[in-house]
Amino acid sequence: MRRLDWERITPFLLILPSAIAIAIFVYGFIGFTGFVSLTKWNKLLPDFSLAGLRNYQTLFANRRFQIDMRNMVVFTALFLISCLAIGFLLAVLLDQRIKGENLFRSIFLFPMAISFIVTGIAWRWLLNPGSAEMGSTGVNLLFEKVGLGFFKTGWYTDPEIGIKAVVIAAVWQMSGYVMAMYLAGLRGIPEELREAARVDGASDLQILWHVIVPLLRPITLGAVIVLGHIALKIFDLVVAMTGPGIGFSCDVPAYFMWDTTFQSNRFAQGASIATILLVMVGILIVPYLTYSLGKEAEI
Amino acid sequence: MIAKTRSWREGLRLRVRWPRLLIYATLIACAAFYLMPVYVLVITGMKSFTEVNLYRMWDLPSGLHFDSFKKAWFGGFGFEGISSNFFNSVYLTIPATLISAMLGSINGYVLSKWRFRGSDVLFTLLLFGMFIPYQSILIPLVQVLYKMGLYGTIPGLIFVHVVYGIPICTLIFRNYYATVPTELIEAAKIDGATIFGIYRHILFPLSLPGFAVVMIWQFTSIWNDFLFAVTIAQNPDIQPLTVGLNNLAGSYIVEWNVQMAGALMAALPTLLVYIFLGRYFMRGLLAGSLKG
Repeated sequence: MRRLDWERITPFLLILPSAIAIAIFVYGFIGFTGFVSLTKWNKLLPDFSLAGLRNYQTLFANRRFQIDMRNMVVFTALFLISCLAIGFLLAVLLDQRIKGENLFRSIFLFPMAISFIVTGIAWRWLLNPGSAEMGSTGVNLLFEKVGLGFFKTGWYTDPEIGIKAVVIAAVWQMSGYVMAMYLAGLRGIPEELREAARVDGASDLQILWHVIVPLLRPITLGAVIVLGHIALKIFDLVVAMTGPGIGFSCDVPAYFMWDTTFQSNRFAQGASIATILLVMVGILIVPYLTYSLGKEAEI
Repeated sequence: MIAKTRSWREGLRLRVRWPRLLIYATLIACAAFYLMPVYVLVITGMKSFTEVNLYRMWDLPSGLHFDSFKKAWFGGFGFEGISSNFFNSVYLTIPATLISAMLGSINGYVLSKWRFRGSDVLFTLLLFGMFIPYQSILIPLVQVLYKMGLYGTIPGLIFVHVVYGIPICTLIFRNYYATVPTELIEAAKIDGATIFGIYRHILFPLSLPGFAVVMIWQFTSIWNDFLFAVTIAQNPDIQPLTVGLNNLAGSYIVEWNVQMAGALMAALPTLLVYIFLGRYFMRGLLAGSLKG
């Protein structure tokens, strides 16, 4: 009897330290941040007197925050679409019994191993437009050299482009990941399915669109979740590549939060940005997590 | 008809009729795009100081020069090199990776082989920690670390990476141990083996690939982390490499070729891991994406 009891309790005890750590450092801290966002702590020394929703009111009226939210939507949308499209294209191409498949795969995937800071530094110089007086630099210079000078733009120095230039670097870094996921998915589709569709007279493109794409839907969903939460949280890349940019054209909420909190010591204001960021990520993640859990329970 | 059937069988997996040339041309063009930043990083780092010129950044260097690397590593007039940051990252990444892997292994073992009522809910609650924007915990984190005497220290950073690494490490090990047949565990239980005995004698010896995947994943993400590093390590003496590199690149007196050389050196450890242990790196990636 005693032994049986220990057998029931030991698993609890083993996982307890991690469970407590997550309870405090994730859930407790999120709660505390939410609380701070309702206080008047907007200078260095803590002031926990309540301010109601005033921090949120100030935030939504703030021009920088409005630009940031727009930038976040633009960044997330462009980043997701480009990564999925490029990743899918590369996976389909690599699935055609290509010579040197391993080499190509490694080339498309290696940026994943690099930090956003390194990526940011490299792309800051690549997308540095140069100047009209001194001449073009970076990618603009390359365009000039190969006779595509009309593609030259100001990249991240042009407020009209701003955050979209950061998307290029982010896609460079993450699209290989989508390629790897789709390629694993394509390899898992039984050949008989394609054969059957061919026998029924379907063309290659029809097979791709009506057979392959639907079968890969779970992978697409997984990629959207992973890339989506990375996009909403993007911070390092912006710091290293552009900073907030001209007229905040490259700014994102994650950067604004850090700036507000740790540069300006406006903690309650920073906490309100963090809370909104968390809600955005939560809207994306929570349904997916509960869905995955439910699916596992069925098995 | 028969000939046609054979051509299907022998043909491509997804029988695409576009000329093969077009496929290769597209792949090579894409490969060039992915390699472009590396090309610039490498050739710029190799140039001598007299050759460095933004308007000739695509030209090959006249020979091998390591001046930029030396300067980025050791520092120069008015700025620090990244050598001390590099070693801070080493001291931080190695213990954090080892501890995370041990914790993840134990958690994954319990959550896959010793399930209890509510263990799946607990697992989901743990997983959520992997997706949160860390901005939403930074304010109390700084306060608590300060009270614990860990703020602005390398042990503090190790602690933070271990705690926030729990979800992903648990996930990878749980999925990995799920492939170990439960009958094996049940049989051992009947033979009177304890939870620890089963771990030591059955699970742990099988865990090497799992450890490889988790350790590579943690090594890469901790080495590459910037947000925790820049928030917790304000003191230059303990700043990890990403912060040192960002300072180097943000300084107006540091030439851009020195920045490029620094960036290349900072990327090297994780790139080497990727090149030599790519197989495990891939598995970590796919595990990190959950199972749909």
